[in-house]
Amino acid sequence: MSSAGRLPTGGLIDRARPIQFRFDGRSMSGFAGDTLASALIGNGVGLVGRSFKYHRPRGILSAGSEEPNALAELRSGARREPNTRATTVELFDGLEAQSQNRWPSLGFDILALNGLAGGFLSAGFYYKTFMWPAAFWEKVYEPLIRRAAGLGRSASAEDPDHYDKAHAHCDILVIGAGPAGLMAALTAARSGARVILADEDSLPGGRLNGERHEIDGRAGSKWAATATAELAAMPNVRLMRRTTIFGVYDGGTYGAVERVNDHVAVPPPFQPRQRMWRIYARRAILAAGALERPLVFANNDRPGIMLAGAVRSYINRFGVTPGQRLAVFTCSDNGWRAAADAAAAGVSIEAVIDSRSDVAPALGADLVARGIRIFRGAQVIRALGSRALQAIEVRDHTGRVSSILCDALAMSGGWSPVTHLTSHLGGRPVWSEAHAAFVPGTLPPGMSVVGAANGAMTLARALASGRDAGARTASDLDRTVSDAPLPKADDEPASVRALWHVSGGRGPAFVDFQNDVTAKDVGLANREGYRSVELLKRYTTLGMATDQGKTSNVNALAILASERAQPVAAVGTTLNRPPYTPVAIGALAGHHRGKDFRATRLSPLHEWAREQGAAFIESGAWLRASWFPRPGENDWLESASREVRAVRSAVGLTDVSTLGKIDIQGPDAATLLDRVYCNTFSTLQVGRARYGVMLREDGFVMDDGTTSRLAADHFVMTTTTANAVGIMRHLEFCHQGLWPDLDVQMASVSEQWAQLAIAGPKSRETLTRIVDRQHDISDAAFPYLTAREITVLGGTRARLFRISYSGELAYELAVPAGVGSAVASAIMEAGKDLGIQPYGLEAMGIMRIEKGHVAGNEINGQTTARDLGLGKMMSRKKDYIGRVLAERPALVTPDRWGLVGLKPVDWTSRIRAGAHLIPIGAAATTANDLGYVTSVAFSPTFERWIGLGLISGGASKHGTRIRLVDLLRGTDVEAEVCDPVFYDPKGERLHG
Amino acid sequence: MRIRCPYCGERSNDEFTVLGDADALLTRPSGENIEAFHEYVYQRTNPAGLHRELWYHSAGCRRWLVVTRDTRTHEITNVAFANSRGEGATA
Repeated sequence: MSSAGRLPTGGLIDRARPIQFRFDGRSMSGFAGDTLASALIGNGVGLVGRSFKYHRPRGILSAGSEEPNALAELRSGARREPNTRATTVELFDGLEAQSQNRWPSLGFDILALNGLAGGFLSAGFYYKTFMWPAAFWEKVYEPLIRRAAGLGRSASAEDPDHYDKAHAHCDILVIGAGPAGLMAALTAARSGARVILADEDSLPGGRLNGERHEIDGRAGSKWAATATAELAAMPNVRLMRRTTIFGVYDGGTYGAVERVNDHVAVPPPFQPRQRMWRIYARRAILAAGALERPLVFANNDRPGIMLAGAVRSYINRFGVTPGQRLAVFTCSDNGWRAAADAAAAGVSIEAVIDSRSDVAPALGADLVARGIRIFRGAQVIRALGSRALQAIEVRDHTGRVSSILCDALAMSGGWSPVTHLTSHLGGRPVWSEAHAAFVPGTLPPGMSVVGAANGAMTLARALASGRDAGARTASDLDRTVSDAPLPKADDEPASVRALWHVSGGRGPAFVDFQNDVTAKDVGLANREGYRSVELLKRYTTLGMATDQGKTSNVNALAILASERAQPVAAVGTTLNRPPYTPVAIGALAGHHRGKDFRATRLSPLHEWAREQGAAFIESGAWLRASWFPRPGENDWLESASREVRAVRSAVGLTDVSTLGKIDIQGPDAATLLDRVYCNTFSTLQVGRARYGVMLREDGFVMDDGTTSRLAADHFVMTTTTANAVGIMRHLEFCHQGLWPDLDVQMASVSEQWAQLAIAGPKSRETLTRIVDRQHDISDAAFPYLTAREITVLGGTRARLFRISYSGELAYELAVPAGVGSAVASAIMEAGKDLGIQPYGLEAMGIMRIEKGHVAGNEINGQTTARDLGLGKMMSRKKDYIGRVLAERPALVTPDRWGLVGLKPVDWTSRIRAGAHLIPIGAAATTANDLGYVTSVAFSPTFERWIGLGLISGGASKHGTRIRLVDLLRGTDVEAEVCDPVFYDPKGERLHG
Repeated sequence: MRIRCPYCGERSNDEFTVLGDADALLTRPSGENIEAFHEYVYQRTNPAGLHRELWYHSAGCRRWLVVTRDTRTHEITNVAFANSRGEGATA
């Protein structure tokens, strides 16, 4: 147990509102305003997790989203969430948190033996150690390593919470609500610009909340609260707390995740857990601040050793202290403030150790006055203690080593500007020797950087840079900026001289705490030739995992540079990519999960089909009636066979509303159709329909369908269901892109019309009963391929097409979508005594195979019109899309795969789609492959299996025999090649 | 990415469908020369820099647009209707 704990007074927490929570099953209490980390410190918890590789005891390092150590699982059951950073988790009543990567318990971890075998798990250990025998990798090594090295467990049940997506627009996006960001937002917002201010914290103010600087003579946190209140009251400002801008994308687009309800146990009803924002900003001001760097010395990972800025945050903001006897180890002026803040809070200061010997004497004068030991030109070479810090070894400027007892150590290795978002579009940060850090280089268009993120490390400079950028950006957008006095603050001392690595202490000196990468590993990687920063990262795993090297990258690069005896600038840096902090997959998916992954489209006849008892099937985005089971039927084939027999012998009704329907009008409509179809439409008479085939420009078939001419300048086209959207786009391209001089207009009317097919010898008789009397639909007046606008059921507008997919006397009736189901019910009623039955997709599929019609299985993007037996449709008298390339030599050779029918020689045999066509007596090899079976059906009409296929030579193979070999299913059936039209080859029934 | 449609204004690229090289696709050869059509259908340049591309405002006005975009930075310097061969500056 450490001597961390709650201070008697102070902090921005609400001591009137205690909060109960559990950590590893232990009941604890904190206050409103605490994070899980501060509450743990307040409860005296120093040890919060085990490290990734060596299972070393670890404590809290930071007070922000850069935390590498204090990862916890939150909640339980379906809401269990792994790898949350305790430093950013807001405490709520009933919070359950578990430490990670320890077994059997946090205090006693068997796998900590890895720590003793540290040399064995050094850089590149995956590559070196588990090389042989190869068979051991999957079965032995990998499972062992995965058990030993791991992070938290995700929930195994589906996440019960909702995740939302939203868009926002603004003139100026300000990223970060620290002093620079607040000042920039205030200045811009006062000019009237539309401003979004986003900050990852629940409490705006940034470092002002963790430090004791004054602005205009009062506490910085108070100033931040006032500024926030002013912004919140402005109608042109959107203040987004708990919102991380995680990525920068093209065109001023920013990705953000808002943790709407992560700070409560369960989101209130109808509220999301998190919300993904896409923010479109004309300009952005990055005020993301800076991250403090750890110092690299032996055992620098002992619980109780913390970043100096974090110590200040815990004391000043949360009213807790990581220890009662604090030492400070720094190479910057800034580190000294931790000692001052802790002393002011009543914490005993054991020593301040500054690695610089020429520190300004004024610095820490008050500490000296209080008799606190000051070491200049000295270093902490080693930490002592195991599960908690007990002492440090200090080597003074003479080289003499002494021990100092302490239970907490604040370390400051200087501050690195948060340049991450400046790199997302490829900008490379540049090394600044003055800052001993990388500062922003090339910026994304429209972005400026202010405050510590741009190297303005003091409060007065941060405020000024925020004000200047806010004013400049607003003026850029033609806003008038009024002069307001800059709030008064001090330029506190902020000089730094980097100290990258303290050598000489016994024990591992960690660079990357999260991945257990030590200074020695960096040196080893360099000696083994992994000298580029990109290789170093991959070889050592440095900078990977949830923290992405926020506290480690710069130290590692500097150590690599010193190993290479080069300046840091020459070594360079890796580029940060989105996301800045981890984003839950759930937030990225939003509502698009499970069945909601995409919209489900319902036909206007859906209700009718449901009432008829349809079994539905997903077909693309559509839910379509597949068959209509009746009592006593055992499977789909029985139902579909009955439906086929009903159509062939009497009449059936089916829904074809999902076909694409495009209305094409204008004097040049016929010309456009001539150019997009391979056959001719300008010769089509008004009131007639024609089957058409479209090619792609490369000569292969794109789509087919029926197009009807309702007037000289008015056509209505149908496309296949699957290609409805693509054909519309294609027609628009042909018109706007290729032939803009054509006077033609088109619109998709797929949603506007319900379309029903009425098929069977009694279809006319059925229709006569619902078509209004003045419209004569007798065979003489309304022959095959007639298309006309009529009315039904006493004045309902309709279009009637005498076309047939089933091969029977058949019609398609289009009515306005809203009356579709009612008209379908009326037809069922009208045909009741004639034996009408609804039929579904399966029956339709069987009948089209019986009739030899091609569908998606045959129009597969690899077949030409000739391959499909449609070569005669290709006009020789006009230009059309695909005409020239369809004549390429390879597309007209006689051995191309052409469409044929297939029937098993033994009529009881079943055949399978996908089976390959192999000559009888030949081996089933690729070399002997002559084609394959594209579609099969059990034909109730012929009471046997029949199929369609593509075979080399096509129609020339009619009458020959072939093997249908399916090596996957292990079938081998002999079949006869025949004409693809099995049913009514002369087409007499269509004309009945 | 944001595209300033001359008809609808600036919209997210989610609303658009890209087809490819505008200068190639908009110059369909006449006649029956297979080589010319082969060039038209298959041959494309792949510039690092300004590129004129066809985009279709599928979830908007359904206009085909010629978008001039820098392939290195995704910066869009011009957007015009395809039916004027991309002539006319509107971005």
